[in-house]
Amino acid sequence: MYFSKKLYELLSSMRFAVSVLTVVSIASIIGTVLKQNEPYNNYLIQFGPYWFDFFKMLGMYDIYHSAWFLLILLFLVTSTSLCVYRQTPQILKDMRQYREHLNEKSLRQFTHQKSLAYSISTAQAQAKLSDVLQQHDYRWRQETHADGSVMLAAKTGNYQKLGYIFTHVAIIIICIGGLMDGNVPLKIQELLGDKVVETRDIPVSQVSEKSKLSVRNLSFRANLTLPEGSRADVAFERVRDGYMVQQLPFTLALEDFRIEHYPTGQPKSFESDLVIMDPELKQPLKQTIKVNHPLTYKGITIYQSDFQDGGTDLQLNAWDLTGARNQPVKLAGKIFQQTQVGEGQGALQIEFDDFKKFNVLNLSKDIKAKPRNVGPSMIFKVRDSAGQAKEYLNYMQPLNLDGQFYFVSGMRATAQEEYKYLRIPADENMTLNSFMLLRAALFDERQHEQIAHRLVSRLLPEAHRDAQTTQKFESSVVQLLKQFTQGGYSSVARLIESSVPEAQREQVAKTYIKIINVAAQEAYQMALQQHPEVQANKSLEDKFLLDSLNSISDLFFYGTPFYLSLTNYEHHEASGLQLTRSPGKNLVYLGSILLVMGIFAMMYIRERRVWLLFKADAKQVLLAMSANRKNHDFDQDYEQLLQRCKLALRSEK
Amino acid sequence: MQSSNVRRKHFWQARDWTDWLFSILLLLGAAGVYANYQSLMDGYEVFFLASSVVGFSLLGWFWSPIRSLIAGVAALSLSAIALYAGDLSLMQQKFLLKFLISSQSAVMWMNVLLILATLIYWLALFRKSAFTGKLATFLTWSAVVMGLTGLMVRWYESYLIAPDIGHIPLSNLYEVFILFCLITSMMYLYYEARYQTRQLGGLVMLVVSAAVGFILWYTFDRQANTIQPLVPALQSYWMKIHVPANFIGYGAFSLAAMVAAAYLLVDRGWGQKLLPAKALLDDLMYRSISVGFIFFTIATILGAMWAAEAWGSYWSWDAKETWALIVWLNYAAWLHLRLVKGLRGNLLAWWALIGLIVTSFAFLGVNMFLSGLHSYGTL
Ligand code: HEM
Repeated sequence: MYFSKKLYELLSSMRFAVSVLTVVSIASIIGTVLKQNEPYNNYLIQFGPYWFDFFKMLGMYDIYHSAWFLLILLFLVTSTSLCVYRQTPQILKDMRQYREHLNEKSLRQFTHQKSLAYSISTAQAQAKLSDVLQQHDYRWRQETHADGSVMLAAKTGNYQKLGYIFTHVAIIIICIGGLMDGNVPLKIQELLGDKVVETRDIPVSQVSEKSKLSVRNLSFRANLTLPEGSRADVAFERVRDGYMVQQLPFTLALEDFRIEHYPTGQPKSFESDLVIMDPELKQPLKQTIKVNHPLTYKGITIYQSDFQDGGTDLQLNAWDLTGARNQPVKLAGKIFQQTQVGEGQGALQIEFDDFKKFNVLNLSKDIKAKPRNVGPSMIFKVRDSAGQAKEYLNYMQPLNLDGQFYFVSGMRATAQEEYKYLRIPADENMTLNSFMLLRAALFDERQHEQIAHRLVSRLLPEAHRDAQTTQKFESSVVQLLKQFTQGGYSSVARLIESSVPEAQREQVAKTYIKIINVAAQEAYQMALQQHPEVQANKSLEDKFLLDSLNSISDLFFYGTPFYLSLTNYEHHEASGLQLTRSPGKNLVYLGSILLVMGIFAMMYIRERRVWLLFKADAKQVLLAMSANRKNHDFDQDYEQLLQRCKLALRSEK
Repeated sequence: MQSSNVRRKHFWQARDWTDWLFSILLLLGAAGVYANYQSLMDGYEVFFLASSVVGFSLLGWFWSPIRSLIAGVAALSLSAIALYAGDLSLMQQKFLLKFLISSQSAVMWMNVLLILATLIYWLALFRKSAFTGKLATFLTWSAVVMGLTGLMVRWYESYLIAPDIGHIPLSNLYEVFILFCLITSMMYLYYEARYQTRQLGGLVMLVVSAAVGFILWYTFDRQANTIQPLVPALQSYWMKIHVPANFIGYGAFSLAAMVAAAYLLVDRGWGQKLLPAKALLDDLMYRSISVGFIFFTIATILGAMWAAEAWGSYWSWDAKETWALIVWLNYAAWLHLRLVKGLRGNLLAWWALIGLIVTSFAFLGVNMFLSGLHSYGTL
């Protein structure tokens, strides 16, 4: 008995409530600092296996839905309920009372009290002071005490006390509403072993019944990605590192999805034309939803939350980057699907991950410049037979960087890294043809000797053109070209470091670069003659040549033996929908209204009590005032009332 | 029976002819808007227009300087609109627009006037000069006029860029910082008039000046002043009420923190002769926190309702929401201590001052350091 009474007192005490609230605050802060609901792999990388498991046990990756957090909220509800339960009777009693039985002695104890003498009759005085009270919105009760004195016990702002009840009941209602919509029911079923979270990426038909939630599920918040022209009757509720399948009481189809853009390229609106099919409906229900304008059917609200690619068809050119081929191979691809290139050990798998029709970028270094739409891009992975993959981001159109146009491709080995960009200069026709023609010509080892031969007349001073020197010159050019086409500039640098004394290296490097430049020019001219069918620049400008040689050199770090350029596409989009059933919402709103009303009442209704005790034997009245909040305005109110009472007593009529 | 000066006036009795004139002018203005733009307005907008007549009437009745403020801002904004004549490029050509009332210039004037006002409040404090003090008050009022004009004109300019880009200027950090300066200054001006606390001006305006500093940095270093179109999630009526309610909260909490600073100074015996008495400061702090608390509560609830419509859930524990909750709990605790435990003095003043750090984190820190759904105003 004693114990339960103590427990009751503890739980209903403000100290306990404040402690609980402090814990809630701290937990909330942790939740904002540590990113919630990331893929578990990210946490594993961030914390290492030991701490990963530890934090996982504490529910750190989804704090707000962890059992302990919900438990704390439950404590909060209990504590506040008990507090209300404990205080309310007293408050209601207080609201009814006027305390007209207080005697002079106790009134004299008040901080704000004063005796006023008057010369008019006591009846007159009573009438006048009642008037004053009335004007100040007091209500009162009159009582004649045993000693013959008359008490006017008055009060105003009675409803302030309701403020306490309102605010605290509001907190309780809000918490209950929130707990209903949080996943408490699911949590309990999980604890009982009735439900299991599915973590594998498998078709819905293979998901076990234990990971499915029935149509009757009280509250949920699930997601659904619906490609244009498709339909679904389930949605997916994310739970920690997995999901549950939520059965829907209808079939949802997407007819069309639209994105509108501002002239600057930023998205302006996302809209989905939805069709709801339900045997209970005579006709399918068609409605368009967009952000901020959801649709509610059968208690389930459907929101436009985001969008994705819905399997865009891609037409691609695959350019060989290793050999002497200067023409691309045509390739077809589809987002979320894969293609294989090559065979056996060297086979590569291309996985098309994403396509974006618009990319709003600020390409200039000047931050004042406005971002612009630079056109479509695609993201794909290239996986080798050992399973290692690199990710690529290719823009369809050449981008204008510092006044020149380049085809840009980003590459990274892991999702945590930033992309490293390869830029290939676009030619006059905004194609890759010229670059690829040059690259192929340079990479054709059969041509190297002829190129070297042609260089003699251009680079070797006439005086030195004896057979031996010419021979030596040609073979060193061939050697240099071989190095360059097998490893780019860094390979040339290694050649220099291994064979040239340090003092002469700079000089030699300059010469080599010059040779490579001129050789490239020659190779290009030869290729133009050999391949009149290729539409390419008729000559190479210095800048183009420089950029080309740089990107040839960079190709050795590009990680795949081909370059994929996007030539055409047929865009298919998918709408990202969120479906929720949240019966607690109305409770939360009700609680919110109560909360605001309660706070207003507590702060802006001035509760005041006034006692006017007219003595039986003397022409004197004792005025006393109290309030349960004694702020600055209490003093003012007291002074004001006092003055008005004095004035009223003085006036004759 | 009693002479009239004893009679406590009731709400409707207290209205004099200026009150009614003000309301009639507001009504005429709204009627003009309705007559001109009726075809472009939907039900919400008509409702907002009507409510704004009632709302501004009440505000003007409650505190009469609001009337002159509204009249001044209306006159300046309408002049700007007339000068633009529907062509944004005139901003650089018309003298008045370029140097006074295009939104950029008006906001710059607000910045300058606020900094000046702060300096002059300090000067008035040390020179104990009533005239200088009045000058500071006047400058603050002028800053408010310019700032509000700047926002109004910016609103109009956004529609000149393109009708579908037009939106109320409450959508990013730059715009809400202007709002913050305005609200904090106006709240301070109200208390200054009501409690004769001009000595506090210097301290309070420090926060506002800090915000001005931010605006300047944001403008010159980040070009944040350019008008950007709204992302889909922000295209909602809720924005128009959620954001101002929040900033009344932030403004009131900041004001309270500076009053708390004054309290602590006086408590240590510094500036006792210069600053108001502790009892008054204590009261002011309480009032300001209660106003802030109510508006912050309302703002959070409105935010939840908006989130329910835009994100599909009224509470997602997104970083901004969570920090709003923490701020709310912080001041709820403050009020409990004061109201329930009857606590006064030092501890509460420190608490209110430190509360400013929590508040600023919710306001700015979240945008700077954390990510979430609310990442519209990232730095
Ligand atoms: C998270 C929200 C809140 C919780 C958990 C909470 C909890 C409590 C608790 C436990 C008490 C003490 C009851 C007792 O001593 O037996 C209390 C008292 C009180 N609370 Fe709250 N409260 C909350 C919000 C508020 C708010 C927002 C206000 C309004 C400003 C408020 C005003 C009061 C008042 C005035 C009392 C004293 C009632 C009286 O004795 O007259 N509370 N609260």
